[in-house]
Amino acid sequence: MLQGYGSTILDGAWLTLLLALTSMAVAIFLGLLGAAFRLSPIRWLAALGDTYATVIRGIPDLVLILLIFYGGQDMVNRIAPMIGYDDYIDINPFVAGVFTMGFIFGAYLSETFRGAFMAIPKGQAEAGAAYGMSAMQVFFRILVPQMIRFAIPGFTNNWLVLTKATALISVVGLQDMMFKAKSAADATREPFTFYLAVAGLYLVLTSVSLLALRFLEKRYSVGAKVADL
Amino acid sequence: MIFDYQMIWENLPLYWGGVLVTLKILLISLAFGLSLALPLALMRVSKSPWVNFPAWLYTYVIRGTPMLVQLFLIYYGLAQFEFIRDSFMWPYFSSATFCACLAFAINTSAYTAEILAGSLKATPPGEIEAAKAMGMSRSKLYRRILLPSALRRALPQYSNEVIMMLHTTSLASIVTLIDITGAARTVSAQYYMPFEAFITAGLFYLALTFILVRLFKLAERRWLAYMAPRKA
Amino acid sequence: MTIQETPNMYKLEVQDLHKRYGSHEVIKGVSMAAKAGDVISIIGSSGSGKSTFLRCLNLLEQPHAGKILLNNEELRLVSAKDGSLRAADAKQLQRMRSRLAMVFQHFNLWSHMSALENVMEAPVHVLGVSKSEARDKAEHYLAKVGVAHRKDAYPAHMSGGEQQRVAIARALAMEPEVMLFDEPTSALDPELVGEVLKVMQDLATEGRTMVVVTHEMGFAREVSNQLVFLHKGLVEERGCPREVLANPQSERLQQFLSGSLK
Repeated sequence: MLQGYGSTILDGAWLTLLLALTSMAVAIFLGLLGAAFRLSPIRWLAALGDTYATVIRGIPDLVLILLIFYGGQDMVNRIAPMIGYDDYIDINPFVAGVFTMGFIFGAYLSETFRGAFMAIPKGQAEAGAAYGMSAMQVFFRILVPQMIRFAIPGFTNNWLVLTKATALISVVGLQDMMFKAKSAADATREPFTFYLAVAGLYLVLTSVSLLALRFLEKRYSVGAKVADL
Repeated sequence: MIFDYQMIWENLPLYWGGVLVTLKILLISLAFGLSLALPLALMRVSKSPWVNFPAWLYTYVIRGTPMLVQLFLIYYGLAQFEFIRDSFMWPYFSSATFCACLAFAINTSAYTAEILAGSLKATPPGEIEAAKAMGMSRSKLYRRILLPSALRRALPQYSNEVIMMLHTTSLASIVTLIDITGAARTVSAQYYMPFEAFITAGLFYLALTFILVRLFKLAERRWLAYMAPRKA
Repeated sequence: MTIQETPNMYKLEVQDLHKRYGSHEVIKGVSMAAKAGDVISIIGSSGSGKSTFLRCLNLLEQPHAGKILLNNEELRLVSAKDGSLRAADAKQLQRMRSRLAMVFQHFNLWSHMSALENVMEAPVHVLGVSKSEARDKAEHYLAKVGVAHRKDAYPAHMSGGEQQRVAIARALAMEPEVMLFDEPTSALDPELVGEVLKVMQDLATEGRTMVVVTHEMGFAREVSNQLVFLHKGLVEERGCPREVLANPQSERLQQFLSGSLK
């Protein structure tokens, strides 16, 4: 049915998963940093974080990917001769993909994390400070653990959007499963078959993610009162 | 040089054309998507599994797969079938604009249906009880109480969906349409200046996003006035 | 250098504290001194500045003027841009805060930790106590306040009275010099107030140094040995509770007492 293209599409699927996971790791780091900036009393840090979040979320993912990929490549090669590097620098598509997706979704996550931090009752941090904890201790031992519970719904949403957005990286040549499907489709003139197969694989990824995150939500809600609906 | 303003200035007409195409696709997709979403939402809140399940499956599959795949399935995929190529629908299915709008409309219908269903389920039960107690029929209940309330309360989430749709329309450029992103790709390819081309596209999208956010704030002020904090 | 405790040595001393919000001054020069074993009750109507005053002692609120000394060590303060005083040395502030345990009106137990974990947290991560020692101490103090059977429960699953007693155990586990209580029973249902007051009374009898902002006149009269009546940011009257409450000298205190239930 898949005319022997099955294994190459699965290779692509593996790359998709890898891309999604590494991008999310970068995004979590940037998201926490962004949220911390945006909630900081230092005004220019807050402005920087807010600008990052607003601008990235106001531009389509595809445009950002094309900009960072082609525009970034372009910029690097414009600046390189100025600092004495004359060869053409080729950026590895996977690395560029991870950085791009991580950078984009860091902005969305900073919004999710910011809301989650703000949902924590003020007394929690106060008690930490009152007992002599340093700001770092309050942040990592009191705020972050409680923030996670509030952040899970938004994070789930962001993860699902991220996994689907990875399909766009195929447009700039990363050989994920979308790219492989297109090659197979072009070769066999059976686009429907292959895109349907890929749709199925994405659906598996989405479903597994939903189950895993539902489990995580239950585990982190241990200390919380759940509304009796 | 770091940024070639001249080249952008010369190509602004192309970008403007792109803005019009973007808006056209956006409005058509939203209109059809919303009309489809309403009956779907009603199906999703139904207690009968025969009605609920197909709607749930539809929204689950659509929301679980990337937009790009859905677009390719319609634009490239349907052409695989002879019965489509031979049918009277072929002029439509071979048109990029039709395929893009169809794919986007289906996509937004699924997300919007879930938003509306959630909003319907969150209707304060007391309001429904009061309507029933006054002898309202089911259809009256829906028309006068449930839907107006649910649609209003869904406004904030729907505004997010509309902005997401604006961004989604950029995928039309992948199937040859010259929207804002299409204009940028054209310029980028022609002048070998991707940096300027895509930054300009980004700025156009930012502007449109801000305008949409503003419009929705005004809409909220009008239609959600009853939920705003009391004025002194 | 060793510090010998003489009867005149104050554990906690506050000299001429001022605090304002914008142009509105809420504490207009309040002084207080607590010797070892003193139980000071601060009373006053809402807006008198009593909670604000207490929260200035561990710098949860920033004072604008005044001195704070713990065991004769002065908390070093510097002026900030808006005129308020901030801690000059963050490490000193942290250290002094760890010697001044606070019990809050709304308990402020860390909701993602069990009762036992709440009581162990600061000793382990601020004082550097070993986990096993902290656990032993925690169980001891939880038993002392009568909630040993709830040590693995989470705050959300406890009654207000239980939560506040866990909060007191948390404060005790730090083995502080002075304990600060910010309206500890104000957020409790009336039938739960008694169990918390009993615990506080036992602590007082043991000889702990306590500063308590409270509305509970019975506690103030029977348990504390110094009463401070604040009115609009100033100490209106001060003295031995039984005498002050039986014979209030100032008119304002008379008015305040006639308005309160006990």
